[in-house]
Amino acid sequence: MNTNEIIPRLNEVFRDVFGDSSISVTASTTADDIEDWDSIEHINLIGAVESEFGMRFKMREVSGMKNVGEMINIIAERGK
Amino acid sequence: MKELVFPFDSAYIMRKKRGLRKELLSDGSVRIKKKIAVLGGSTTDHIVSVLELFLLNFGIEPVFYQSEYNKFYEDAVFGNPELDSFSPDMIFIHTTSRNLTCTPESPSETAESVKSRLNEQKDIFKQVWESLEKRFHCPVIQNNFELPLFRRSGSFDGWSTCGQAAFIQRMNVFVSDWARTHKGFFVNDINYLSSVLGLTKWHNADDWYLYKYAMSTEVIPELAYSIACIIKSVYGKNKKVIDLDLDNTLWGGVIGDDGQEGIEIGPETATGQSFSEFQSFLKGYKDYGVLLAVCSKNEEENTLLGLKHPSSILAPDDFVSIKANWQPKDQNIAESADELSLGIDSFVFIDDNPAECAIVEGQLPAVQTVPMTSVHDAMYALSRSGYFEITSLSADDMHRSEMYAANARRASQQKQFVNYTDYLLSLDMTAEISGFEPVYIQRVTQLTNKSNQFNLTTRRYTENEIQQLSTSSDHICLCGQLSDKFGDNGIVSVVIGKIKGNELDIELWLMSCRVLKRDMELAMLDELVKQAKSKNITELNGYYYKTAKNNMVSELYGDFGFTLIKKDENGDSVWHLDITDYKQKNKVIKTKEKELIK
Repeated sequence: MNTNEIIPRLNEVFRDVFGDSSISVTASTTADDIEDWDSIEHINLIGAVESEFGMRFKMREVSGMKNVGEMINIIAERGK
Repeated sequence: MKELVFPFDSAYIMRKKRGLRKELLSDGSVRIKKKIAVLGGSTTDHIVSVLELFLLNFGIEPVFYQSEYNKFYEDAVFGNPELDSFSPDMIFIHTTSRNLTCTPESPSETAESVKSRLNEQKDIFKQVWESLEKRFHCPVIQNNFELPLFRRSGSFDGWSTCGQAAFIQRMNVFVSDWARTHKGFFVNDINYLSSVLGLTKWHNADDWYLYKYAMSTEVIPELAYSIACIIKSVYGKNKKVIDLDLDNTLWGGVIGDDGQEGIEIGPETATGQSFSEFQSFLKGYKDYGVLLAVCSKNEEENTLLGLKHPSSILAPDDFVSIKANWQPKDQNIAESADELSLGIDSFVFIDDNPAECAIVEGQLPAVQTVPMTSVHDAMYALSRSGYFEITSLSADDMHRSEMYAANARRASQQKQFVNYTDYLLSLDMTAEISGFEPVYIQRVTQLTNKSNQFNLTTRRYTENEIQQLSTSSDHICLCGQLSDKFGDNGIVSVVIGKIKGNELDIELWLMSCRVLKRDMELAMLDELVKQAKSKNITELNGYYYKTAKNNMVSELYGDFGFTLIKKDENGDSVWHLDITDYKQKNKVIKTKEKELIK
């Protein structure tokens, strides 16, 4: 799957999880850019991304992702 | 909200929970506010946020206290100023098998050693429950324990001295024993829930290592729903009626076409057997106080023919209302609700025709519909939906159906009288009005939580609060039982007054709608005045707090002869009565001094 297919779907997930329809994610978006993106919402985000793309993140990936770009790379590799 | 009704989409709820919350909070519903303390043995954040959604949808607006991570024991046993000042209405203890700290370690352990481990483990939880009881006197919901996914020794783990699963099962017996012997203590059965969802789905070790969730985050909505069902049941928000279609719902085939001999019910065919099982399952609900009704597009004569089939388990007498005609079903349901003095929102409607379900949902959104795709599916939906989650069972529950049937006989007698007073006299009514005797505590609590229409203040009480009021010297507490020649209605009215010098503030006045227009309220007032006078009280203050459902009693105090003191814009009112020259009002009900049951 390529980045262009992933970003719109991923963006919808972000908007739903953070309840904010003005969010527009890019590869460089980090937790600092979204006000409510704390460790608790991160859990919810990971779960929602996993069910959207029918895949699971590995533990090391969950705790190690630095920005949305890294998330996109993992989805590109294993997502559906 | 449809998204939150069983069977729900868990992933959707988790993803959309912020939006759903916003929508619920802005829908204009009136909800009761409750303070819920969640004492966790693992992470609870998402459990709480999803629980909030389900409770809002059940008409309860919760405020939460959450213990610090895995501080359930410390909070309960040593207390915590924050929790104390929170003063919870209800406590949920979210512990799981992850919190069993004394499980056996080695197959070389003797039975004695495992037994002492078990006792040590039980003591830890016992300490938690006893301290909470002492500190807060409020209902407690406790998870039991789920089975482990991993078993080093296979089936041996479930029965051997040293088995983990064997240990867990013994703890579960302990938890159930405690619940049966302690009022206001309820088990959230995660042992069932994890089994029904599958242990492979329930457990997710990654979610434990990463977030310290004791189960997969995927199943959090299922867990939260199970807790929400117990809470709404405690606050009297269960459904009350199962309204059933007939053809292909209670039997196979169409009675109008196939005739009595043609429908499938009974042991001869597989389909017949399935409907027999369904009918038995439904009939069993009657013993839990759930009412059964029929709503079918049929000729009434055919309906009765079907229900009188020699293999039919349900008979016409099992139903409190039978509507068999060609009117739209939503109209029939609304009429049944009216006749039974029940709200539309207490109905669950089961029909094999999806179009009928859709029409009812469209016309009466408060009715819960269950599509009868198969007997198996319908029984599963009824089992998992929590519509009839039981948290207390009074003797009245087991006879509710008979009481409604007696009401129908009274109605037919009423037609024979021109004068209403003559009719009331003919009923030969006797009231027994007493304080909150121990045997009535449960029923009184139940009534305070489920009466909506004939309820002046709609104050809800927990069993512990009713217990405390029952012995309070600052209160006059009355509960009234009404029987007549057709049967005993059980406890039907509750009044609580707070004594303030020579005045009595009536904090609660409620009556079950099954005894409307029988003058029972006058008998209650007579007794209240009598007891008030014996305590040198000369004035009564009555309060009416308007809700969406209690309009029928907005003028009750006025009808009693109270003077209106104040009426607020929102419809609330305050009333006053000087009882110095009070004249007895009830003329149709005999009153009997209660024989105290020891």
